[in-house]
Amino acid sequence: MNRLLIRGARLLDPASGLDSPGDLLIDGARIAAIGGTIAAADAEVVAAEGLCLAPGLVDMRVQLREPGAEHMESIESGGQAAVAGGVTTMVALPNTEPPVDDVSVVEFLARRAREARLAKIHTYAAATKGLTGRHLTEMGLLSANGAVGFTDGTKAIADALVMRRVLSYARTFDLLVVQHPEEPSLAGAGEVNEGEIATRLGLAAIPPAAEVIMIERDLRLVEITGARYHAAHLSTAAAIEAIQRAKMRGLPVTCDTAPPYFALNENAIGDYRTFAKVSPPLRSEWDRRAVVDGLADGTIDAIASDHAPWDQDSKRLPFSSAAYGIVGLETLLPLSLELYHNHHMSLLDVIARLTSNPAQILRLPVGRLATGAPADLVLFDPDPAWRICTDDFRSKSKNAPFDSRPVQGRVVRTIVDGRTVFERAC
Amino acid sequence: MGLMQGAACETAFRHRHLLGIEGLSPADIEHFLDLADGYVELNRQAEKKRSLLRGRTLINCFFENSTRTRTSFEVAGKRLGADVINMAVAVSSMVKGETLIDTAMTLNAMHPDVLVVRHPESGAVQLLSEKVDCAVVNAGDGSHEHPTQALLDALTIRRRKGRLGGLVVAICGDILHSRVARSNIALLNTMGARVRVVAPRTLLPISIERLGVDVFHDMGEGLADVDIVMMLRLQSERMRGSFVPSTREYFHFFGLDYEKLRKAKPDALIMHPGPMNRGVEISSEVADDIDRSLIRHQVEMGVAVRMACLEILAGDVGNRPPPTFPSLGG
Repeated sequence: MNRLLIRGARLLDPASGLDSPGDLLIDGARIAAIGGTIAAADAEVVAAEGLCLAPGLVDMRVQLREPGAEHMESIESGGQAAVAGGVTTMVALPNTEPPVDDVSVVEFLARRAREARLAKIHTYAAATKGLTGRHLTEMGLLSANGAVGFTDGTKAIADALVMRRVLSYARTFDLLVVQHPEEPSLAGAGEVNEGEIATRLGLAAIPPAAEVIMIERDLRLVEITGARYHAAHLSTAAAIEAIQRAKMRGLPVTCDTAPPYFALNENAIGDYRTFAKVSPPLRSEWDRRAVVDGLADGTIDAIASDHAPWDQDSKRLPFSSAAYGIVGLETLLPLSLELYHNHHMSLLDVIARLTSNPAQILRLPVGRLATGAPADLVLFDPDPAWRICTDDFRSKSKNAPFDSRPVQGRVVRTIVDGRTVFERAC
Repeated sequence: MGLMQGAACETAFRHRHLLGIEGLSPADIEHFLDLADGYVELNRQAEKKRSLLRGRTLINCFFENSTRTRTSFEVAGKRLGADVINMAVAVSSMVKGETLIDTAMTLNAMHPDVLVVRHPESGAVQLLSEKVDCAVVNAGDGSHEHPTQALLDALTIRRRKGRLGGLVVAICGDILHSRVARSNIALLNTMGARVRVVAPRTLLPISIERLGVDVFHDMGEGLADVDIVMMLRLQSERMRGSFVPSTREYFHFFGLDYEKLRKAKPDALIMHPGPMNRGVEISSEVADDIDRSLIRHQVEMGVAVRMACLEILAGDVGNRPPPTFPSLGG
């Protein structure tokens, strides 16, 4: 493969704290040199003055619907959406059909991702067989075959004894357990945040406490077992505070959130907008601000898209019948950049939540600009203003409440293993 | 027999029952093993019968299914001349709702000399022993103790290695539910061996290290340079996801095969209390390795150890006169 020189970009590498203009040279699939002025006569040159060059985004929570529901999303279409959003590595949830609870499904996904040659795709495997919350999966073998962590996807591992054994068994092999933190016996049939809006709309409500109750329980179990625990898509102040305390006590705990939880609050439901129906539900403005604060102070380690593609038939329904979830791969970067443009965080800190932090949690050798590291990169312009247009999404599904939202910052080019896999015509 | 020397033979066993290894002294254990050594030789002769326990009654009282342990005690008792009665309690009084203590009193009224008791609940054998006048041998209580198994394991090792002290022994598998593991840990520690346990965390009880063992979760590390590898049985109901995801995964990471055994000392020996799950905790090649597997020796030593145990508890080596019956209206 040939050489590519990206000239004059603002280099952003949260892992090393680098934030300065300079060149970056790619040789084959790897980064060959970083910083200053690089002379490479034989290399193809990309003029990047005024643009930012960062590690490709690492999205630690997506649903790709393959195998089982390829009409909503596939490895190919999800890969296209990812690279258009600057995502070079993503981790799929195991809630496919069949679920990822067997080595053969892990191998299938790896093969399909290789064939697609777009973003790198890893997968979580189910923590319990069939995602039923009862019996452990073959975590050792699944991990040996590439599963990067264990979770029951969009379902909480509810039974305390099962969770204890999942954590305990995971600890045996030093594996990551990812929880969907919501106490199902308290959430019941609820579908929106408990409060005035739920009451006015007459929708069954989930109290915010359902999140912190599950997290507090899990933290006690982490204390017993010592396992690596990650709480997904935090949405409440109480849960963030619980994680903060656990971190101060030295527990091996991390967490993420998703753009809906800092870019929207429960008002987005408006007049029964099913595109704003998501799990956990959109919260109060007070909780939304706590998520922003949690990101800014570092309690929340990562931002994941929580990409949940659904076809029209799943969303054009009465609110209670509609599916939970929002597509997010193509809006991950501009929505996250709002944190920077609104002066909540530095640009480098925002990029850390999207690259080096998730890579570190997942123990993947990506998410950094380093000589010899894989050349997975995103070149973006942080400033131009534009409006999100869901019709332009490359994802097969368009279910997002962000249509027409004005945002700033756009991906210009995405590179995976030295290959340009996405380029926006300017 | 060269090991059977002087003082140990004369040591009086000061316990009425054998309920566990916990609490036995090194001298007690040596005494059992020295005596058992002699019975190994006896059992290999054509004429095996002794009359040491003639007139004595041994009741095998099993509240839990067992074939090998019950048979082993039965053979041991008969070879020493005792009258042996087998009671499968699981199918009689328990079903009729009798409490354990009532069963104990009933049996006691029949004046047995030794009760050999197995019970699915930890501590039940001790409770029963407090209610009877005869000697009680614990043949396994719940997940607590199985002292004759530990003694027969010790005899097997001592006959092969010449000693117990200083050896490194790895006990591998379902430590959480294993009475064999608890008795062996107690015995080996008492005799100065170094004990390791190797298992996934779901099969290790909390604070196991407080029992004086080194804890490992990886067979390669746990077996490095050990002298003895003791595999434990993984019961089938525990390998369907509650504790271990599958037999395939269990064997891959924790089953003993030559690959994993290579980390142990070249002359390391393999033991298993039986019955084995071939292909789950142990591969057939390893289990059947005639040079390294002691599994069949363990069964042979079992009879000898149980004979020694019956002699010590009921034999009254000091020639007690036969019991006399109080005359009626005397």
